[in-house]
Amino acid sequence: MKKVLDLRIILSERVAANCVKLVAAPVEGPLPECKAGQFAQLRADVPGAFLRRPISIHDIEGDRISFLVQEVGEGSRWLASRQEGDIVNAVLPLGHGFTIGDEHSALLVGGGVGVAPLLLLGRRLKAKGIKPTFLLGGRSAGNLMCLDAYREVGEVLITTEDGSLGERGFVTQHSSLNSKLSTLNCLYTCGPTPMMKAVARLARERGIPCEASLENHMACGVGACLCCVEQLADGHNHCVCTDGPVFNINDLKW
Amino acid sequence: MDLSTNIGALELRNPVMTASGTFGYGLEFEDFVDLSRLGGIIVKGTTLNPREGNPYPRMAETASGMLNCVGLQNKGVDHFCSEIYPRIRDLDTNVIVNVSGSSIDDYAECARRIGELERIPAIELNISCPNVRQGGMAFGVTCEGAASVVKAVRKAYPKTLIVKLSPNVTDIAEIARAVEAEGADSVSLINTLMGMAIDAERRRKVLSIGTGGLSGPAVKPVALRMVYQVAHAVKIPVVGLGGITTATDAIEFLLAGASAIEIGTANFLDPSVTMKVVAGIEDYLQRHKFNSVRDIIGALE
Repeated sequence: MKKVLDLRIILSERVAANCVKLVAAPVEGPLPECKAGQFAQLRADVPGAFLRRPISIHDIEGDRISFLVQEVGEGSRWLASRQEGDIVNAVLPLGHGFTIGDEHSALLVGGGVGVAPLLLLGRRLKAKGIKPTFLLGGRSAGNLMCLDAYREVGEVLITTEDGSLGERGFVTQHSSLNSKLSTLNCLYTCGPTPMMKAVARLARERGIPCEASLENHMACGVGACLCCVEQLADGHNHCVCTDGPVFNINDLKW
Repeated sequence: MDLSTNIGALELRNPVMTASGTFGYGLEFEDFVDLSRLGGIIVKGTTLNPREGNPYPRMAETASGMLNCVGLQNKGVDHFCSEIYPRIRDLDTNVIVNVSGSSIDDYAECARRIGELERIPAIELNISCPNVRQGGMAFGVTCEGAASVVKAVRKAYPKTLIVKLSPNVTDIAEIARAVEAEGADSVSLINTLMGMAIDAERRRKVLSIGTGGLSGPAVKPVALRMVYQVAHAVKIPVVGLGGITTATDAIEFLLAGASAIEIGTANFLDPSVTMKVVAGIEDYLQRHKFNSVRDIIGALE
């Protein structure tokens, strides 16, 4: 069930040059059940941010929920500057998350702050006995965040565009990708659209099921305003907030 | 405490309704709102034929508001009648359908179809959508255009007919009088104010069609002025909307002469805001020792 609730910040940690991890817990009552790939609409209490900000659920441990907030504009900067004890109002959980099937191993490909929902997904996969491997990319070492947390959950492969960490290049150029694709039977991706499109292309070539998480600009977050639409393969406009944000790539026009 | 009010023959439990296009079909908000505590729900704009709406991007944030150019995306009246109506017909509130069109015949036929639905007691005729090229606002910005649509729909639709007016006109009172003369039971105002957003860094228009409708607290003073003017120009009840976010905002519209109000964009900021506004109106009446919300309609001193 979706709820409007106040979250109290327990921990605020800068995890990249332009990104902060917030760990929070409800001020009252339990955290509603959340699926990997779902998001929260967080209110930024600052004049420059009129609407809520849709932020992926990064991780959940008990009643603790965490988010990676990339500083883009005034709203996200306000959220990223929250400190321990501060209150942030949230609407959650929203959207439908990743599908967890009966695959035996999965590759989770993330870029930039798009790595956020993949940690909870990895945890949930692992809990079901599915082995997650993360393939994470960034512009440089400073853009890759929370790597230890991912390593606790599964194997982590890294690429950076400048070669400052892991292999040099894009995620789709990683030297282990080929061998991984021949053994795994599920792909999930979240990050910049060109990266997700490249991952989708690979998935199609190999006939591997693949889901991608989109990030269109939203207003309501609950399927009422029809602002965040994506035109899907059926030719119709669908709300990313409710029909997504996670889509099977076969439903996308990619 | 009596919170009930009415729009012509339509009885409302309280004056708080939700504005079309901001509350889906009500079901989207069931986790946040007890729908039976609303005066009514005005569901998404419905047209005779399906419409895909405008391309993405459709939204831009502004100072104290937002622009949208959704463009009446909906699956058409057939889909509404067969798929959506069965799911909302038993909601314990007034379910009102916002009807739009691109020709007079379309408006009348869509209204006639909705009129056949037993549990829909009223329509809100949208002659004020700024985001569609044909029809929409084109009808709502002249007295002749507004009168011609209302005349045709009045013949086709026997139940409560509310006409939603555009603020993008020189004299909104004149349009209100024109639709009253053709038999409208009520007018609701304001629809969005036409605006524009530009991305300076990219030197491009933000919205796919360039312009969009402005809503939110930014438009409230304009809406309040227009509701006041129209309430003094017509005898039919006025429904006020435009930037209402708090109970105090709602009370201001009632004092300006609105018999009921609609909450729109504020549903995006707080999906349970309508419940707070209902409670806040009740609290106001108690504090000021009124027995009925009707006592404050148009009660400016």
